[in-house]
Amino acid sequence: MEKLKKEIVHPKIIQALLEQDNNLTVEDVLDNEMILNMGPQHPATHGVLRVVLRLDGETVIACVPELGYLHRGYEKMAENMGYLEYIPHTDRLDYLSPPANNVAYVLAVEKLAGIEAPKRAQYIRMIMSELARMGSHLIAIGALAMDVGALTVFLWTMREREKILNLYDVICGARFTTSYTRIGGVAQDIDSATLINIREFIDQVDENVDEIEKLLNSNRIFIERLEGVGVINAQDAIDFGLTGPSLRGSGVEFDLRRATPYMFYNEMDFKIPVYKEGDCLARYFVRADEVRESVKIVRQCLDKIPQGPVLANQPKKVMPRKVEVYTRMEELIHDFMLVNFGLNPPVGEIYHAVENSKGELGFYIVSKGEGHPWKMKIRSPSFVNLQALSKLCIGHLISDVVAIIGSLDPVMGEADK
Amino acid sequence: MDFKELLKNVLTEQFPGGKLQFSEFTDELTVTVSRDIYVEFCAFLKTDERLAFVLLEDLTAIDWATRKSRFTVVAHVFSIANSSRLKVKAPVDDKDFSIDTVTTVWQTANWHEREVFDMYGIIFKNHPDLRRMYMPEEFAYHPLRKEFPLMGIPGSLPLPKKS
Repeated sequence: MEKLKKEIVHPKIIQALLEQDNNLTVEDVLDNEMILNMGPQHPATHGVLRVVLRLDGETVIACVPELGYLHRGYEKMAENMGYLEYIPHTDRLDYLSPPANNVAYVLAVEKLAGIEAPKRAQYIRMIMSELARMGSHLIAIGALAMDVGALTVFLWTMREREKILNLYDVICGARFTTSYTRIGGVAQDIDSATLINIREFIDQVDENVDEIEKLLNSNRIFIERLEGVGVINAQDAIDFGLTGPSLRGSGVEFDLRRATPYMFYNEMDFKIPVYKEGDCLARYFVRADEVRESVKIVRQCLDKIPQGPVLANQPKKVMPRKVEVYTRMEELIHDFMLVNFGLNPPVGEIYHAVENSKGELGFYIVSKGEGHPWKMKIRSPSFVNLQALSKLCIGHLISDVVAIIGSLDPVMGEADK
Repeated sequence: MDFKELLKNVLTEQFPGGKLQFSEFTDELTVTVSRDIYVEFCAFLKTDERLAFVLLEDLTAIDWATRKSRFTVVAHVFSIANSSRLKVKAPVDDKDFSIDTVTTVWQTANWHEREVFDMYGIIFKNHPDLRRMYMPEEFAYHPLRKEFPLMGIPGSLPLPKKS
């Protein structure tokens, strides 16, 4: 965006400006810089993100994001609690896709402790992760559209997400804070009636996404607000550590579900949507396409899901069911040991990352063989993606900053940990 | 040849004389380097065409509390071309708790190093903007150090006055 020129301002406006203060010349008015504070309480910053902008007129010359307004010290808390106790806290990281966080965390712990969850549990986890991805992307699209002024889309995507939340409610017993996974499996099995409900839901997602896209892709204001705004090329995107839709919008075909397959993603047939432009519009297109790919994955999971247990049979490491604890001596002893002394994984350290809706969510756990981790680091995608904000905003208008934040889709619960 | 073997060969060729220590847990490879060659080593990982560890996923530190060399800086790097991950560890000097920055190699290290500085008090030399990431500037402690109590230190954070 070029600087405001004298020629493009209407002469009458210049006259009006000059009349108010005769000491100021037109150049003075146009050259003055100012500092503007945006947030932490601002409807367009998706939570408690604070951005300090240096402006020349309405053009951003510098931008500094400030974090920490939602810092709860989850890494410190993790060092002081058992592995199983921590699962509910992962819900509160990326609060738009809690089941995916649960899955990411337990996969890391299982890798550390050498537990393998049964096949059915893995399929259920994949279904839940993909439902979470759909829900999160729908909100991202809706919020982005709302940020640039199209409120209808937000209501439509919320309506779709509501159906996903209702499914969570049936499957986990909670709509937001699911805490659904357990170390070694999942909390409870999905019954066949719910599987049918999931299938009914995904059968109509495509149609609804088409409707949403029709509304947005033919909306000239929406396209013009996003096209060519916040451009980042592939090399810079990698250098800034972007992952997820933000990276794929810049033309890098990188998805951890492909690059380092976990669970059964290597058996699934799905495409990785990639757009080369690297602007806000490309990031929106990637998200919309990923919702459709998630539908494909869920459909394949529903076709392939085997029968069987949903909790691993490794009594010394996996918490037994309460029914067994109350009726059998062995299970009671294991339950007692696991509750009092915790899961004691071997001495070592692992880093396990999964592709979450925002990007790569990784857990780095250092174990000293005790019931609680010696150190846990959460590699949160929102935190890393936000770092690119200061580069993306330069040269754009204040209103574009809102669009750029919306297209990066940060969740502050995750960025601040 | 397996990429891990190639990686080990290339690295020992480039940095001979027992400067690197390899260790493996489950299937994850870790290489420990000394503080002096840490930046040089990282730059090699990124620029070498066979390895191409272009993506710095994460950078953090571990507080070992009782060990002689108290802090270790850990970087997780990923090679998109080879779909492979590597952990790079470097012990931090105990006298001044400092290590060189890798922002010159990966720009994304900027915020990660600010976070480590905030949480552990490790100084990254030549860092362009070493401020606290989460805690307020006037906060006097480093919360993820092991001696910092879980409940916090009363009075360490200024709170609004009660009316």
